[in-house]
Amino acid sequence: MRFPDEGVSIKDEGSKTEFSPKILSFLCNWCSYAGADLAGVSRFQYPTNTRVIRVMCSARVDPIMILEGFVQGLDGILVLGCHLGDCHYIHGNYFTIKRVKLTHKLLKQAGIHQDRLYLDWVSAAEGERYAKMIAWFIDEVRKLGPFGEVEGIDAEELKERAKVAQGAARSDKLRWLAGKEIDLCGEERIGIQGKNVYGEQVSKEDYDILMNENVLNEYTRSGIISLIRENPLSIKEIASKLKMCPAEVLQHISILEHAGVVFLTEEEGRTPRYIGV
Amino acid sequence: MDQSNLLEKRVGVFICHCGTNIGGFLDVEDIEEYTKGLPDVVFTQRNLYTCSEEGLSQIKNGIKEHNLNRVIVASCTPRTHEPLFKRVCSEAGLNPYLFNFVNIREHCSWVHMHERKQATKKAKDLIRMGVARVRLLEPEEDIEIDVEPACLVIGGGIAGLTASTSLAKRGFKVVLVERDATLGGLLRDLYKLYPICEDATNVLEGRKREGESYPNLEILTSSEVKEIKGFVGNYEVTVDIQYPRHGIRIIKVGVIIVATGAKVLIPEGLYGYDGKRIITQLELEKRLKEEREKLKRLNNIVMIQCVGARGDKRAYCSKVCCMVAIKNATLISRLNPEAKIYIIYRDIIQVHGTEYEDYYREARDAGILFVRYHPENEPVVSDEYVKIYDEMLGEDILIPYDLLVLSTPLVSWEDASNLAKMLKVPLDENRFFLEAHVKLRPLDFATDGIYVCGTCHWPVSVPEAVSQALGAAARASIPMANKKVRVESIISEVDKDKCIACGLCASVCPYKAIEIKKTEGGKKAEVISASCKGCGSCGASCPMSAITMHQFTDEQILSQVKAVLP
Ligand code: SF4
Ligand code: SF4
Ligand code: FES
Repeated sequence: MRFPDEGVSIKDEGSKTEFSPKILSFLCNWCSYAGADLAGVSRFQYPTNTRVIRVMCSARVDPIMILEGFVQGLDGILVLGCHLGDCHYIHGNYFTIKRVKLTHKLLKQAGIHQDRLYLDWVSAAEGERYAKMIAWFIDEVRKLGPFGEVEGIDAEELKERAKVAQGAARSDKLRWLAGKEIDLCGEERIGIQGKNVYGEQVSKEDYDILMNENVLNEYTRSGIISLIRENPLSIKEIASKLKMCPAEVLQHISILEHAGVVFLTEEEGRTPRYIGV
Repeated sequence: MDQSNLLEKRVGVFICHCGTNIGGFLDVEDIEEYTKGLPDVVFTQRNLYTCSEEGLSQIKNGIKEHNLNRVIVASCTPRTHEPLFKRVCSEAGLNPYLFNFVNIREHCSWVHMHERKQATKKAKDLIRMGVARVRLLEPEEDIEIDVEPACLVIGGGIAGLTASTSLAKRGFKVVLVERDATLGGLLRDLYKLYPICEDATNVLEGRKREGESYPNLEILTSSEVKEIKGFVGNYEVTVDIQYPRHGIRIIKVGVIIVATGAKVLIPEGLYGYDGKRIITQLELEKRLKEEREKLKRLNNIVMIQCVGARGDKRAYCSKVCCMVAIKNATLISRLNPEAKIYIIYRDIIQVHGTEYEDYYREARDAGILFVRYHPENEPVVSDEYVKIYDEMLGEDILIPYDLLVLSTPLVSWEDASNLAKMLKVPLDENRFFLEAHVKLRPLDFATDGIYVCGTCHWPVSVPEAVSQALGAAARASIPMANKKVRVESIISEVDKDKCIACGLCASVCPYKAIEIKKTEGGKKAEVISASCKGCGSCGASCPMSAITMHQFTDEQILSQVKAVLP
């Protein structure tokens, strides 16, 4: 999904309908926030649905923060920064791309429609474009319906899943993968030639596969932890609850045990059960 | 006031009406009522103008009388007013870092002017989010950074030249970058300047000579700014020099003045413009300069005002064209007192101030005829005549012409947006540079250390461009004279107990401001405060939550996210 630039009107066509999406936008101080200010100075009228959080650079936006928005049940989230090449912090926004990409993958894993999160660039001079983009995004989210609707999942259940995704976003693996992609795969636009420890550039396709695998694993592990956070369960119980095969669960559990986030609680004469912290 | 006990949070919220700018579109009383019920809010007040003397002293009194240790102003934008309110907190004895801005004007009342109910709700939400954040703010101290005592001036027209010279006179190093091969901008093509009919060439040459006499003023012509990196105090500018030898120069400056000027609209397709018998005022200036003998022989001269201006496409009035027309008409009538000269104007003729008004009278006395047209009845130009509906007479009149001069507006350069992007400053809808505040900071941009003057900001006459340039030079000299600027402490810090030295933060830092160092407790990441610019990228990467991004901590931002919904 991409903002089409042409043919978008600022007028809110759908505001008369019942569903008014709740939307949060992260704006960077130097460009998109200034663009939003300019929309104000120019009195461009756009719909009232967005709430703004100002950060210095879009690179400050952590996947955990975005996912928190969905944990809260927001219908859509915007991350807007400076155009590529214009970031006030040289190339901070290239990292934003990677972090939002990771978040999109986590959303998909959690069954949350990916179009609920949108990243784009707005310069300090693009007041009108800002206003149009807001109107457009609200409209796109309106098409998806309230949180959970297009997903066909109860909103409360979906919030739980967002929480699981948030747990996965805390994992060092995923954070490492999002943070290292530019180093490893390179980024021509900023003249970085990627190389791994052997001095080879990692292909983007391989990296994507690696990323997807890890998103799946971390999401699953996060799901396991949240399942056994309060009440300990056995491998079998976990497997049946998560519709997985016990061998796989065992594998995850031993990794989590090793990481010190899951413990075995043994009681006499009962199957061993695990508890998460 | 006693700040030792910052644990007990006492939040004061000041809500601005901004006259009717906010008060006219939001239910401010209702917002205040709501705000009273938010956690830790112990005091609220509505101000007509929070930024006025009265509003500011209300903040001070509020802090003192109610022992506030967290302050919120819900008003305009932090990009222009945050320094003011922070200073006031500080004057009242409150650490300015315990202040939080909530934007309910640019982001709310001005963009939802017909949605009172929903916009009021939005403002409440924004304030709630602000309260969530302000409760988690911690006191901090500003950091001082050194200012490179040099200024870059972009554009070598009369404004840029004047600003450069003025700064050079004060002893600062100045680099003036002009993309044309010669200095002077629009002035090169002008003949005489109103109102005192000075020679444009004299004015320009005088300024040039003066500029060239300062060894600390370096003039780069045929040169263009390609890249600008950095912040107030320390900008790194890449200049592409075409002549005499092609090359790239990196220039370090502390401040920047934008004076890129404007150009005259060429009225292609309007009133039969052909550049020969139907020309612009600028082309007439050239002829006045070079072909006076030919002009003398013309008997019928007609000028049409507001060509390509004040319409749908370009809604603005270019302000200088009326005076230019009167001046040029007067000059022609002095050359040839027999000539019949008409100025066909649209509803108004812009002459402001006493000298200009006199000038206008003088033109009338000299027999120059002023005829008014209505935008619905635009003049029609044929080969020999201009046909116009005279409102006074109530009928069409035909005015013959030998030369038809079209007064077209000054328009911005197409590529103004490139420079705006490089500087990260805004343009208005006509692509003119937009200042930080029209009344309070007319020559500053909202971004610290960058200033504006001349016609790149708005059409102005030469005297106005000069006074703006002197003003911008004065503004730009403040940080250079102080040698230091205080910047907010927005830097990151590593909690050594949590850090596992994975190095991720270091690899995402655009400024290489993080190093992994050996410490007693093993290897740990360490932020070099002087290099950190506060983007927060490291914080968004660290897997151990070991990074505190001051003023934009994880907790603060998450608290805002959590407060989006009531
Ligand atoms: S990312 Fe965090 S844990 Fe890793 S080195 Fe930096 S501060 Fe330490
Ligand atoms: S905040 Fe930005 S500049 Fe500062 S250390 Fe972190 S990544 Fe580097
Ligand atoms: S400062 Fe705007 S994206 Fe980095």
